[in-house]
Amino acid sequence: MPHEVSNPDRDALITGIGLVSCLGEGEDNHWAALNDFAPVVDTASFAPFPVHPVAPLQLDRQISKRDQRQMEPWQRIGTYAAGAALDAAGVKGNADLLGRMELIVAAGGGERDYAVDEAILSGLPKAADPGAYLNQHLLGDLRPTLFLAQLSNLLAGNISLVHGVIGSSRTFMGEESSGVDAVRIACARIEAGQGDLFLVGGSYNAQRPDVILHYEMGGFLWKRPFAPVWARQDAGGGMVLGTVGCFLVIESRAHAAARGAAAVARIGSVQTDRCRRAPGEADAIARRQLDALHYDPAATAVISGASGAAAATREEQAFLAGLGLPVRAVATAFGHSLEPSFPAGLAVAAMAVSRGTLFAPLEPAETAMCEPLRQALVTSRGHWRGEALALVTAA
Amino acid sequence: MRSDIDHLGRPVVVVTGMGVLTSLGQGQAANWRALTAGVSGLSRISRFSIAGMKTTVAGTVDFIPVDEMSAPALSERLAELTIDEAIAEAGIGQFGDFPGPLFLAVPPVEMEWPQRLALAAASGANETVTYADLLRAAGSGDFARFNERFLFGSVGEHLAARFGTKGVPIATSTACASGGTAIQLGVEAIRRGEADAALVCGTDASVNPESLIRFSLLSALSTRNDPPSAAARPFSKDRDGFVMAEGAGALVLESLAHARARGATVLGVIEGCGEAADGFHRTRSSPDGKPVIACMRRALADAGLAPDDIGYVNAHGTGTPENDKMEWVGLQAVFGDRAGSIPVSSNKSMIGHTLTAAGAIEAIFSLLAIRHGVLPPTINHEIPDPAVPIDCVPNVARSATVTHAISNSFGFGGQNVCLVVGAA
Repeated sequence: MPHEVSNPDRDALITGIGLVSCLGEGEDNHWAALNDFAPVVDTASFAPFPVHPVAPLQLDRQISKRDQRQMEPWQRIGTYAAGAALDAAGVKGNADLLGRMELIVAAGGGERDYAVDEAILSGLPKAADPGAYLNQHLLGDLRPTLFLAQLSNLLAGNISLVHGVIGSSRTFMGEESSGVDAVRIACARIEAGQGDLFLVGGSYNAQRPDVILHYEMGGFLWKRPFAPVWARQDAGGGMVLGTVGCFLVIESRAHAAARGAAAVARIGSVQTDRCRRAPGEADAIARRQLDALHYDPAATAVISGASGAAAATREEQAFLAGLGLPVRAVATAFGHSLEPSFPAGLAVAAMAVSRGTLFAPLEPAETAMCEPLRQALVTSRGHWRGEALALVTAA
Repeated sequence: MRSDIDHLGRPVVVVTGMGVLTSLGQGQAANWRALTAGVSGLSRISRFSIAGMKTTVAGTVDFIPVDEMSAPALSERLAELTIDEAIAEAGIGQFGDFPGPLFLAVPPVEMEWPQRLALAAASGANETVTYADLLRAAGSGDFARFNERFLFGSVGEHLAARFGTKGVPIATSTACASGGTAIQLGVEAIRRGEADAALVCGTDASVNPESLIRFSLLSALSTRNDPPSAAARPFSKDRDGFVMAEGAGALVLESLAHARARGATVLGVIEGCGEAADGFHRTRSSPDGKPVIACMRRALADAGLAPDDIGYVNAHGTGTPENDKMEWVGLQAVFGDRAGSIPVSSNKSMIGHTLTAAGAIEAIFSLLAIRHGVLPPTINHEIPDPAVPIDCVPNVARSATVTHAISNSFGFGGQNVCLVVGAA
């Protein structure tokens, strides 16, 4: 979907936002917290790695106690955010609409049993027969149902089960890019008449030793006291992970109009690409993507998905500086959340565009915007791979 | 001559190249020979200790070497080999420059025990090892390759770079329906004019102790270990679970117009795709078969065909008691009186359940069945199940002229895909 959509009936509109982060839940709470920003960071649990913890949720509002017990945190957070999006779009409980709603989830994997892992790692090297030891402890100590929390496609499975979204279900994997492509495919299918009503998003639980371990192996994490995304770059950069759940109801203008649904904003374009990140390659992609868009520089801001990871963030910072537009790095507020980071960036952009104003800078490197906001560019330069740009406009 | 446009005015999507690798061997020819001879690829697991395991049989691919074995490493290698075969057959693009996007069905990845143990050893922790110890070792920078290997996007990224596919590769997981989902994504991209050609691959090499035990703890696997070749018995009364297996299947999809313009040989047509999700239960599918019925009907409608047009069903046929019964319920609803007479065979009786790859591999076998006029059998069929009175092409391959076939893929977790494939 590289160009502006020509048939307005096939415009892709955001008609519901479900957002959960360290700043709370819901559009209004997030908007208030972004306008009066104070970082919410857990510096103790995974020291020296700061993490943005999810705000306390009243899970019962979206998920029965019985279903909650069948899930691990990443699924509860995602299923909760999905339910909130359905509520916001006015489709919750509407069996007719949910029966043909198409679900696209961007997901990684689920939590492990950390106590079992640590016990096996402690005992196996001393065991006479390490292979037999591993089998015996996995067979005896793993909860059989934990598997249902680990498989990537079982966030989607839980959303179908709990909320009845059963038109279709697809799960994309691949860190930041999976979240971008989930949205891109939904918008492309709407434009082409291959679907009318989508639920798209993902969830990420950053409060997990295994995910912190994974990114620490790659040297991607920030290990000092909290600092905002751009301010980190002078000290070598790094990601601060954040727990986020974000789902968007995206539907064709014709479908929204027919059911009298109000739209928050319109997704005008989603472009994605990849490269091996040789010097200048990612910038060349960003430039091409930007040149394919029409936007009004006087009324546009950038909602950046910069992860904080050193090389990619520094390059993006320099690239954006050349545009002269006000920029906000969402990861400063939410932490970086991989799969749902782009849907969350779109949600923030949609909120700002629908309110006609940009929230205040999150750090000194960002400039205030006094003019009314009509459009937002949403970037996603993955911490390792994937370059994306979207345009959000008034509905 | 077939029109370039289908019954709904969309580009017809054809297959011009295929590659397949399973426990039966490497390549279309080796697989088709074994499959139609009723040979089993299942064997006793030798890759790791089976001490204490209730299930000791799998369809592992042990004849393809990789450096630093892991599920994503072997999955990626199997994908490379099958894509090589598919691209060579299609004769499309230049080496390292495929003219379209990549849609990949790949298993979820997670760091595995050898890597976790390497970190633990490097941490120097003695009596008890905690995640804090692993984190300390991770900070050394010595394990950066594990970070890349176990990113969810790394298999797709590596394949996209190697084959020069266009844009971001999409890696999809709908459990055992993933291969079907990947094909559907490719078909949709071509139909909406986004691409003239697409590369699709389903790959899975995740037979390792923890994966096997996870499925085993859910009582999903066959425990009929002796002999391994008899473990998978879809549609038989004494079926007792599926057998985990590895493999990959790759397809070059093109619009018919594009294939024609470059003079490519058309191997078959992806005529329709249908999908439906199941909101019934986390591990069980709706006993009424509603989602399975819906996805078969949607695939037929998408293809513009009636049930009577279908001459063969390549079943999901896992060999679990519940799946095969539910699939029969679905077939009865869709095919009515014909349900018992239409040939329905399960490749899983021979290659086991290749999980993420199954939808792609079995779509290829469905196309080969049409192309060669031979239906692969369901082996190990000794005791028919009176509750599933299906013509499963028992034990021996059968000659048949088929113009349209269905390939079913039902995912654990409730995601179902059905493809209608047709003769060139």
